[in-house]
Amino acid sequence: MRDLTHEILELIRRTSSDLPKDVEERLKAAVEKETPGSAARGALETILKNVELSRKNSSPICQDTGTPIFYVKYPAGWSTLQLKKQIRAALADATKRSYMRPNSVDAVSDKNTGNNLGGDDFPYIHFEEIEGDELTIELMLKGGGCENVGAQYSMPDNRLGAGRDLAGVRKAVLDAVHKAQGQGCAPGILGVAIGGDHGSGYIKSKEVLYDKIGARNPDPKLAALEEQLTREANEMGIGPMGFGGKTTVIDTKIIGLSRVPASYFVTVSYMCWAYRRRKMTVRGEEVIYD
Amino acid sequence: MREITIPISDDVIRELKVGDPVALNGVMITGRDAVHKWMIETFIKKTRAPQGDDLAVYEALKPVLAGGVIYHCGPVVSGLETKEYKFVAAGPTTSIREEPYQADVMKHFNVKGVIGKGGMGPKTLKGCQETPGVYFHAIGGAATFIAQSVTRVLGVHKLDFGVPEAIWVIEVKDLPVVVTMDSHGQSLHQVIEEQSGKVLQDLLTK
Repeated sequence: MRDLTHEILELIRRTSSDLPKDVEERLKAAVEKETPGSAARGALETILKNVELSRKNSSPICQDTGTPIFYVKYPAGWSTLQLKKQIRAALADATKRSYMRPNSVDAVSDKNTGNNLGGDDFPYIHFEEIEGDELTIELMLKGGGCENVGAQYSMPDNRLGAGRDLAGVRKAVLDAVHKAQGQGCAPGILGVAIGGDHGSGYIKSKEVLYDKIGARNPDPKLAALEEQLTREANEMGIGPMGFGGKTTVIDTKIIGLSRVPASYFVTVSYMCWAYRRRKMTVRGEEVIYD
Repeated sequence: MREITIPISDDVIRELKVGDPVALNGVMITGRDAVHKWMIETFIKKTRAPQGDDLAVYEALKPVLAGGVIYHCGPVVSGLETKEYKFVAAGPTTSIREEPYQADVMKHFNVKGVIGKGGMGPKTLKGCQETPGVYFHAIGGAATFIAQSVTRVLGVHKLDFGVPEAIWVIEVKDLPVVVTMDSHGQSLHQVIEEQSGKVLQDLLTK
């Protein structure tokens, strides 16, 4: 089997240092909405300068290079065992090259392993066999600040007066945005899973964040709720960094999951403005980066 | 933008108000979760006996922190093998996790400024009034940009806490921050939380 370690290292470098264009465009548009001279506008201007500089220097956009979350979709013929070894080797190398901060800490001893490899679960790697002949590896780096403000609601929620329906989902998500204030590095992107269980809710609320900004759920009811939530979250005026301002949330993505009759979870994953996600595709001999 | 040099006097601190943009210059330390817990347990509440180089580090920190600044930051540092340390990426981490500790640390060491992101709560705000001190907000995620303000790494303590959690002693030039909590009891974070809370209540009744 082909050795992709070097190509995966390049994927990590790009993900950590080069913010995707769709995100940068939204941040640029957000600057224009803020009052000249305001702290919110200043924050966005600094953010954009930083994006440019990180791209130029191949240095991390954010020092918290987060939890590396890999999604590998492979056609028959690839060994997931080998791919896992290659991903881990590339990640350790990327850490040595300062593309990544050593970020894996043992929960019991508090020791940082120094190379971003911790047990079998760090980095997180999802493998899925697919039809066709292209292998894709997607990487998302999700920092701890925004991960800490993620939230899960078991519906109904009496405090919010929120029931087991889309109106209730709306209330739960708005509450999560208010609780997060600026601590998740607003402006953020919301990944929302309705249904599932405690575990799948969180996993799927992150998985939707691999989608492009502006991509809407095919279900018109969910698509409408996505747009409504972005609009209403912004009405709260929390603003960039929580300084107060027009843009708190750039986009909202919702996924509906199957649930058991007794459970109705609303899970919100908050992604910071440093929305680092990249994809590589292996097509024959060619390796293409998005 | 007002330029301020560390160590900072009480007079300068009292002049600072929420909303003031500041460029910081001088020597400061990084310190976050592990450091604050260690300081509280070992030197302030003394629930844990000093071990290893604890006392030596404490003595080394005291003069840096008197009138000094703590930066909530877990940097990406190059040159780990050669010890020719350089900050590659160094934005702020979320400060609220230090809320149980911060005011006590400020008072114990006479810390004049805390840099972080996301703001802090009522205990720290009271600490800012009493010490006196201020909370400086840096731009979260702007790590490469802010690292350019770090001109030199003067040393490191407690590297066994891990690179992000260690105490890095750094010299900065024009590190850009905004005062969001001042020594007069004002907090931008409190204001925004209340204002956005009112809007949320309206939205929830719709």
